[in-house]
Amino acid sequence: MAGLRFDLRDTPATAPALRAELRAFLAEAGKDWSPMVRAYSWMGFDREFSREVGRRGWIGMTWPKAYGGHERSALERYVVLEEMLAVGAPVGAHWIGDRQSGPLILRLGTEEQRREFLPRIASGELAFCIGLSEPDSGSDLASLRTRAEKVPGGWRINGRKVWTTNAHLCDFMIALLRTSPVTDPRKKHQGLSQFLIDCRLSGITIRPILDLAGEEGFNEVTFDNVFVPDNMLVGQEGAGWEQATAELAFERSGPERYLSSLPLLIAALDDLRAEPAAPEVVGRLLARAATLRQMSLSVAGMLQDGKAPAREAALVKDAGNDYEQALPEKLRDLLDPIRTPPQVQEMLGYITMVARSYSLRGGTREILRGIIARQLGLR
Amino acid sequence: MSETNDDLRGILLEQVERLLTDRSGPDLLRVAERGEWPAALWEEVEALGLPLALVPEAMGGAGLGWGDAVAVWQVLGRHGAPLPLAGSMAAAALLAAAGITPPSGLIALVVPGEAVPWGRQAGHVVTVDNAGQVALHAAAGLDWQQGRSLPGREPADRASFGTPQAAGRLPDRLGPEAALRAGALLHAAQIAGALEAVLAMAVEYANTRQQFGRPIGAFQAVQQQLALCAAEVAAAGVAVAQAGRAAARRGLAGAEFEIASAKVVAGEAAGTGAAIAHQVHAAIGFTDEHPLHLFTRRMWSWRDACGAERFWARRIGQAALARGGAALWPDLTARDETEISA
Repeated sequence: MAGLRFDLRDTPATAPALRAELRAFLAEAGKDWSPMVRAYSWMGFDREFSREVGRRGWIGMTWPKAYGGHERSALERYVVLEEMLAVGAPVGAHWIGDRQSGPLILRLGTEEQRREFLPRIASGELAFCIGLSEPDSGSDLASLRTRAEKVPGGWRINGRKVWTTNAHLCDFMIALLRTSPVTDPRKKHQGLSQFLIDCRLSGITIRPILDLAGEEGFNEVTFDNVFVPDNMLVGQEGAGWEQATAELAFERSGPERYLSSLPLLIAALDDLRAEPAAPEVVGRLLARAATLRQMSLSVAGMLQDGKAPAREAALVKDAGNDYEQALPEKLRDLLDPIRTPPQVQEMLGYITMVARSYSLRGGTREILRGIIARQLGLR
Repeated sequence: MSETNDDLRGILLEQVERLLTDRSGPDLLRVAERGEWPAALWEEVEALGLPLALVPEAMGGAGLGWGDAVAVWQVLGRHGAPLPLAGSMAAAALLAAAGITPPSGLIALVVPGEAVPWGRQAGHVVTVDNAGQVALHAAAGLDWQQGRSLPGREPADRASFGTPQAAGRLPDRLGPEAALRAGALLHAAQIAGALEAVLAMAVEYANTRQQFGRPIGAFQAVQQQLALCAAEVAAAGVAVAQAGRAAARRGLAGAEFEIASAKVVAGEAAGTGAAIAHQVHAAIGFTDEHPLHLFTRRMWSWRDACGAERFWARRIGQAALARGGAALWPDLTARDETEISA
C-alpha cells in the first residue's frame, strides 16, 4: 500500500524460553509494584531494577560483546521489551540508553565513546535522557536555538531544553544543539549537532516540571556557559538533524507505542466477568492488540534486516497511540467505580492522566499523520 | 502442509493481477449488479485454475494454502472482481479436505443462515453441518430464491438442499464451523483489498481536485484524515495476512482467534475507511457515476457477512474473560510460538 509494507514476522525460536525466564524474573521483581508504578511503565525510573535487568543481559542485547552487548537478535530484544511493558515494569532508567543513545553511539560514536559508554549502559549503570524540545521548539524541532559555540578544546553551551523526561535522575543527555547559526530559514535543518552531556556539569540547572498527576516526570534543563570537551560530539558536526531523524525509526517503532495501557486490561479483566457488555469490548481490544503487535513486529523485523522503516514506524506509532489511549476509556465504560477493586481503580486513574502523553511524546499525532500523508503522495 | 508455496503464490498473484487489470473494473461491476453473470471473466478465471487453487495436486488442484488464498482474495477485493470466486475456492478446499474430489465449475459455499452469493449460477453447492460433515449437492434443479445483498447489490440467493451427491467428514483442525470461518476470512481479505483501492482513489482525488487555488490534499484537515485511513488499510492488511498464516499453520479451527481478529479489524477499517474516502470525495463520490461506491457498498455488505465485528469480538472476548487476566498476555504471545498443529 502506497509504498508502506508490513510483512509478517515470527518471533525467534528462542522466544518461549526467553519469555519463561523473563516472566519468572518479573513476577518476583514486580510483586510490590504499585498501580502507579505500573501505570508509568517506561516513564518510571528504578535504578536498582535496571541494574538487575542489565546483570541478566537484557540491555544492549544486540550490541557486540566487545562493548558489553550480548549479540542477540533485534527480535529477541523485542521479546524482552514486550514482556517488560506487559507488566508495566519501571524500565525508564535504561530504556532510552538501550533504545536510542546506545545504538547512536554504536553507529556513529568514536571508538573511545563506545568503550566509555556502551558497557555501562548495558550493565544498567548509566541512565540517559534526550534533549530535543525547547521552550519555543516543539513539533518544529529544527527551529531549536540552544547553541554550542566552538571554544578551545571543546564547546560552550547556552540555552534551555524542556520536557526532558527524568533529566533530574539521569547521568547523561544526548542533546541536539545548534553549532552554526541559521542564515537562511529554509535551511534551519543544517548546522545542528549531537552531543553527549554529563548532566552534572557545572552550569547546568535542572528544574523539575511537575506533571498533571503531581509527579516529577519531566524537567527544564538550563545551560549557562556549560563547557563540553571535543570528544563529546557524537557523529559529524552539522549532521545532527540527519543523525537524529535516523534514530526515529528506533524511537517510534517499539512495542511501547501501543502497549502503555495494556497492564490495565490485564489487571481489570477478572472484574469484568459479570458485565454483559464486556465480551465485545474486550474482543475488539484484543483483535486490535494482536494486529498492532504484528505491525510492530514487522517494523522490528525490518530494523533487524538493516532497513530504515521510518514511515512504517510513524504509522505504527500513530495507530498504537490511538489504541493505548482508547483502551482506558473503553474499560472505564465497563468498570463500576463502586465495585471495582481500589488498585484497579487507581491504575485506571493514573493511566487516564498519563495517557494524554502517549500521542505527544516522540512525535505528536499531527506530525506523524503529516509524515504518513507525505508518504501517500499528498503535498 | 507447507505454510506457503512462495513461487507458485507469486506466479498466481501476478496472473490474477494481470487478468483483473485487463478485464475487471467499474463497468463489469455495474453489469454484475444488474444480475448479468460475467461469464467471460469466469471462463478466464477457470482457465487459470483458480477455483481449484487450494485443492491438493493429487486431486487436480494447485496445492496452495490458506495464506496464499488470503493474498489472492485481497487482489480480488482490490479490483472489485464481481465473481464469487473466493467462496468457490474455499468450497473446493473443504471438499478436498473431506476426501471429496471437487467438481469443476462454480461451487457455492453455503454459510448457515446466509444468502449464497450468485447461488443461481452455481454448478454445485457445498454445505457443512454441526458435526463437520461436508456435503456436495448438484445445483441442477434447485429452486433458488433470487435476491441481492444490500448495500452491496451483489446477487445473493437462497435455496433448500436435498440429498447430497457426496459427503465426507472434515478433519478436526477445520472443524464444524469451517464454512463460517472460511467465509469470515475471505470477506475480511476482500475488504482489505477493497480498502486499498478506496484509499488510492481518495488520494488521487485529493491530489487532483482544486479548491481555494490548490489541491484539497494540500490541506492538513484532509491529510490527517487520509493518514488515518492509511493506518486502517495497513491494519486490515496485516490482520488478514496474520489470519491466513494462522489458518495455514493450525487449520481454520486453530486459527479462530486470528480469523475473528481479522474480521473485527477489517470490519472496523471498512467503516472508518469508507467514511473518510466519501468525505474526501464529497458530492462526486455520492453519485452513481463515480466508481467509489462500487467498492464502499461492497465493503459495507462484506463487513456484515459471516459474522460482523460484534459477533467475532464477543467470541474472542468471552474466551479471554473465561481464561482471566493472568492468561491474557501469555495467550496473546503463545499462539505462533507453541505450534498447536493438529
